Parts: sequence; structure tokens; C-alpha cells
Amino acid sequence: MDSWAHYLDQVLFAVLPYVAVFTLILVTIQRYRAQRFSYSSLSSQFLENRQHFWGLVPFHYGILTIIAGHVVAFLIPREILAWNSHPLRLYILELSALVFALMTLIGLLAGMVRRWTNPKIRIVTSASDWIIYLLLFVQIVSGIYVAVFYPWGSSWFSTSAAPYLWSLVKLNPDVSFVASMPHMVKLHIINAFLLIGFFPFTRLVHILVIPNPYLWRKPQVVRWYGKPKETAGGGA
Amino acid sequence: MNVRSQIAMVFHLDKCIGCHTCSIACKNVWTDRKGTEYMWWNNVETKPGTGFPTQWENQDKYNGGWVTFQEKLELRSTSKTKTVFNIFHNPHQPSMDDYYEPWTYDYQHLFNAPEGNDQPTAIPLSLVTGKPMETIEAGPNWDDDLGGSPVYAANDPNLKNLPEDQRDQLFAIERLVYFYFPRICNHCLNPSCVAACPSGALYKRGEDGIVLVDQQRCRAWRACVAACPYKKVFYNWFTGKSEKCILCFPRLETGQAPACFHSCVGRIRYLGVLLYDAERIEEVAKRPDIELIDAHRAMILDPHDPEVIAAARTNGISDGVIESAQKSPVYQFVKVWKLALPPHIEYRTLPMLFYVPPLSPVMARRDGDTVDHVSDNLFHDIDESRVPMQFLANLFGAGHEGKVRYALAKQKAVRLYRRAVTVGDITMAMAERALREADCTVDEAEEIYRLTSLCTFDDRFVIPPAQREQAIEMMKDPHEHRQGAGFGFLTGPRRGL
Repeated sequence: MDSWAHYLDQVLFAVLPYVAVFTLILVTIQRYRAQRFSYSSLSSQFLENRQHFWGLVPFHYGILTIIAGHVVAFLIPREILAWNSHPLRLYILELSALVFALMTLIGLLAGMVRRWTNPKIRIVTSASDWIIYLLLFVQIVSGIYVAVFYPWGSSWFSTSAAPYLWSLVKLNPDVSFVASMPHMVKLHIINAFLLIGFFPFTRLVHILVIPNPYLWRKPQVVRWYGKPKETAGGGA
Repeated sequence: MNVRSQIAMVFHLDKCIGCHTCSIACKNVWTDRKGTEYMWWNNVETKPGTGFPTQWENQDKYNGGWVTFQEKLELRSTSKTKTVFNIFHNPHQPSMDDYYEPWTYDYQHLFNAPEGNDQPTAIPLSLVTGKPMETIEAGPNWDDDLGGSPVYAANDPNLKNLPEDQRDQLFAIERLVYFYFPRICNHCLNPSCVAACPSGALYKRGEDGIVLVDQQRCRAWRACVAACPYKKVFYNWFTGKSEKCILCFPRLETGQAPACFHSCVGRIRYLGVLLYDAERIEEVAKRPDIELIDAHRAMILDPHDPEVIAAARTNGISDGVIESAQKSPVYQFVKVWKLALPPHIEYRTLPMLFYVPPLSPVMARRDGDTVDHVSDNLFHDIDESRVPMQFLANLFGAGHEGKVRYALAKQKAVRLYRRAVTVGDITMAMAERALREADCTVDEAEEIYRLTSLCTFDDRFVIPPAQREQAIEMMKDPHEHRQGAGFGFLTGPRRGL
């Protein structure tokens, strides 16, 4: 029995991550090369404008903050521990993380209700959209569960999750960090890799084409046939 | 001087009969696909009227175009910082309710209905959901010919600063008046759609100034739809891409007039090249409202000027294009005769579609009178015209009447002159006086008359040689694509993967 569990842990925490990440990289590149037209956020704001605001805005601001928090905890675990050495600072960090997580959940639910109830929006909702909604729902709910029932995650992340993720990066996966974790935490991790693996097949690719050059390009864009692209003056 | 060439247009509103042939030609060629049913790259509006999308000229609602703020030119709908924060939800994006929900009818039912006591009907079915629609609340040309309507005409944003008596006059029974206002993309020199696009998907073609959306780069951030003050960029809700008038560039490149131009029954449309100084775009767009029309005209260069020709050659503009610029009917209407005016230049996008303001119908404020040409003021019927001058000025003069009155007076003088020539009930002396007062000469009047009334296909459309074919051949071996599926899109415009 133990060996079976050990074997499963190996598959889920040492194999699945690589399958997911390689799927992400290869499919994304091939899709960009062959199906560039399909890279779109597929916005449905045009068909429904009000609920769109109450769903999309809290969801995006919430999830971006939460993801940023995970990345920071992964990159600088020591500094996070140092910050958390004062209980008050720990409480502030945990509480604000929880607020953003709830914001994400509320936004996601509002988006799901909108997709289900508005007939026009339902028409433009594909099977892959529903799969993303399901994966995100599991991800956020398991995350909130972990935050509430296994508190001070911002601290224990540094001693268990961060080393595990670093072991993956170093191509020497050490599942011992996560093998003894509660089931909900394991679900959170597995579901995250499922999301990453499914990512390149869905509209989530819009994240990869965020338009940062806009911030420094000139306002007018002129293209000449057979010449490199040129931007020109105009307004600010 | 940075000379660029632009394919520009003139619509002669006096000749428009509002038949919508242009809209149908465009629809059949370009926007009969799923997701584009509601789009009208070309539409014809009744003025006064609310237009399409409803009240598009009301920028307090739609926030399109540019504004000057502390000596700087800024988009009204967005900015670089705002784009970052508004990317998840665009606060100024119109929704389908501002246009209409496209529909068809259940024609099958007419044939398949079981036998009964009543005639079967074909109920409307939404082209979005496929479900029956309870009520159709709006549609293409929903306010067509509804001049005088208290629901549509009365809500025309151009009526805002009209004095009460002029406004009443527009709606007086048996005197109400309207004219047609056909619209396509203006292919502006300072396009706000291009400036707003976070992906850089919209661009202006260097060779001919046509503004296009790169479908491969568009990511559905929708900023262009909000930024265009003319609401001529449309969002395809099915493919998740924005689309707009392409000025039928595949036709232009093969020497044919765009579909809407070609099919125009009233022959109101003119197309030709203008050379302009691209260095001055920003400076001109920042001028105060009252100077905009003159500044805009001034940046259009004289294609006969040797200096301009030399500068154009330096910029790689071919002799064929320069020659078309010299023959351009648009240059005559806009720069030489000053008859054609840009629509709403106060939006500061510097549109390259110009309108000859409508002279007809004149004279209905005078009860039962005919035009008295012997009176001292030859142009009183313009000043007292049924369409109030301020209304036309709001459309074509950035709110100022001067340029509009000039264009109308000149048209009136040409009419008087031609009447003196052909009918003879007006003396030539009086006609010449009218021409003088309207800043026109006999020769110019003849030319205006010819290009307005006797113009052939080739007079109206002077299409520059594109020379794109050679460009492709020089860079790519055509044999490389033998037995292949061709250039460009190899897949249909699907939604997602």
C-alpha cells in the first residue's frame, strides 16, 4: 500500500509537473506559429456589459495578486520568513491574501453565473471555457480552504512548497516535501499543474500576449510594404 | 517635409438619394459572415437623426477621438496608464445594445407549418443565439427617413447648440427636412483607433494610408472600438477580433473602385490621391477648433509644386502615384475649390473623407415664395435655408459656420451661373456677380459643374497604380508557392483553437 502511494506521489509530483510545463511550452509555440489568429482574449464584453464588470474586474485583480504572492514566496522564501517573524506582519499578509482570494472567487462565480444565465454569453462559451472555469474553481476553493484550515501558509510555504518547486526547477524532484502534506494542499498543487498543462489549448493564452510594447511605442503605427515596421508621431 | 500619399475620398451630399446601394454592396462583399452581421462598414444615415450606433456623435457617452490637454494631444477614451488598469473591462466600450441584435426570419416555417386555420408566419430568430426574438428593438437604418421624429431626429447630438426657433423649424409639420449622410471609415491621418490599440494590431499603410486591423495581432482588447469617434471599428463577437472598412484594398490594388464607390447610384463618390506632409500631423491636430479646417487643408500639398514632387520622390512615392495625385478629383474639391469639408474635424483624427455639404433643399422658410434672384442678397436662401446653417456647421465646420457657408455659396453661384447659361432667365451679369461674391470664376464654375454633373467613372475614381504585385515578385519566388494553398490565411476565421 505504501509503495503504491509512493508511486502515485512520484507520478503526480515528479512526472506531472514536467508533462504540464512541456505541454505548455511546446503547444504554445506551435499554436503561435500555426494558429496565430486563435490568440485572442475572446472578450464577450460586447454582448453583455454590466455583469462583465462585476465578474472580470475582481477576478483579474484578485488572481494577479495571488499569483504574484506565490511567485514572490517561491523566489524569496527567506525574506518572507523574516517578514513573518512579527505576528502582526504575518496577520496582515495572511489577511490581505485571503481578501484577494475571496475577491477572485467572487469574480469567478460572477463570471460563471454570467456565462450560464445570459443566452448570448452562453453561445460564445465553449467546452474548454467550462473546463477552465472548473479548474480555476477547484484551484481557488482549495486554496482558500488551505488558507483557512492550515493557516500561516505564507510561512510554511517557504519551508515546504518553495523547496519542492526549486527541486523541480533543478530537475531533481524531491517529493518528500509534499508527500506528507494534507490532501487539500496536494489537490491544490496537482490542480495547478493540470491548469498549466491545459493552458495552451484554451483562451488563457491571452496572458502570454499582454501588450506591453504599447507602453513605450509611439501612438501611430505605419507599415510599409517590404520595409520594417515604423511608428510615428501623432498624439500622446 | 515628409511627403506621404493617401487615398482620400469626397462624398457629394447633394447627390445622395439615400438608396443604401453602397451599404448592400459592402455587406455582400465583406460582412455577411458570422459575427459580422451587425456591422455596417458603410452605412447611410438620415440627418437629423441618431445614426449608427445610436448617437455615435455624442462623445460624452462614447468618449471617442482626441482632446487637447495642457498643450498635449490625448485620447479621450484611454491613455497608456489607463489601458493597464482598464484592460479587463473597457469602461467606454459600446455593447451590442448600442447597435442592434442581428436577426433573420424562420422562413422554413412558412413551408413546414402544419395545416391550420391561420397563415403561418416567419418569426424573427436572433443571429447570435438562434432563439426567437420577442421584439426587435433596433436594426440597420432604424431611423431611416425619420427626419422630424421626436424620438430619433430630435436626439441628434448636432442639434445641441441650435437656437430654439431653428430647432423648431426642423420639426415643423410640412416643413421638416432631412438629408442623407453616408459614412465609411475616414482612413484618418491621426487615427485614434491606431493610437489606442494595445497590441499594435491597427496600422496605417504607408503607401496609400488605408487603416487596417491586423487580424493575426488583434487580441480583442477592444480599445479601438471605444477610441474611434466615428464608431467605424467593429468588434466581431464570434472570432474575438476587431474589423473595419478596408477601403476594398484588394480592389484598389487591381485598379478597381471600392464596392461602395463603384455601386453608388447617385454617383456621389469621388476617390483620388492626396499628398500630405506627415511631419505636421501632430501640430495640426492640436490646433484650436476654429483653425482646424484651414490647417488640415494646408498640410495637403500641391502635387504640381516641383518641391513637393522632389520630396515625394525622395520618400519613394512613384511617378505613377504623383501623376494620379495631380489628376485627383479630391484635390480639386478639397483644396482648390474648398467645397468639401471633413466631418467632425473637432475629433482631431484628421479624416481623409470629405463631404460637400448639401445645398438642397433650400428655401422653405419663406411661405409660398419662389427664389427672388433680383434681390440684393443673392445668397439669402442659404442663410435662411431649411437646414439651419448651425446644424451643418456642427457636422462639417467644428461648430463654425464660415467654411460651410463658403461651400454652400459657391455651389449656389455655380447653379446661378449654369442657369444663366442654359435657361437664360438670369442675366449673365448677375451670375458673374454671384460667382464673384462666392469667390469663384467662370472657369472654376465650369470645372465644378463638369466634375459634379458630367463626371464619368474615370473622372470620379483616379486610382493610383499599386505596384504591389511587382513588390511581391521581387522579394519572393512565386514558384515557392506552387501547388500550395496560396498566400495569407490558410484557415478560416474560427473562434479560439
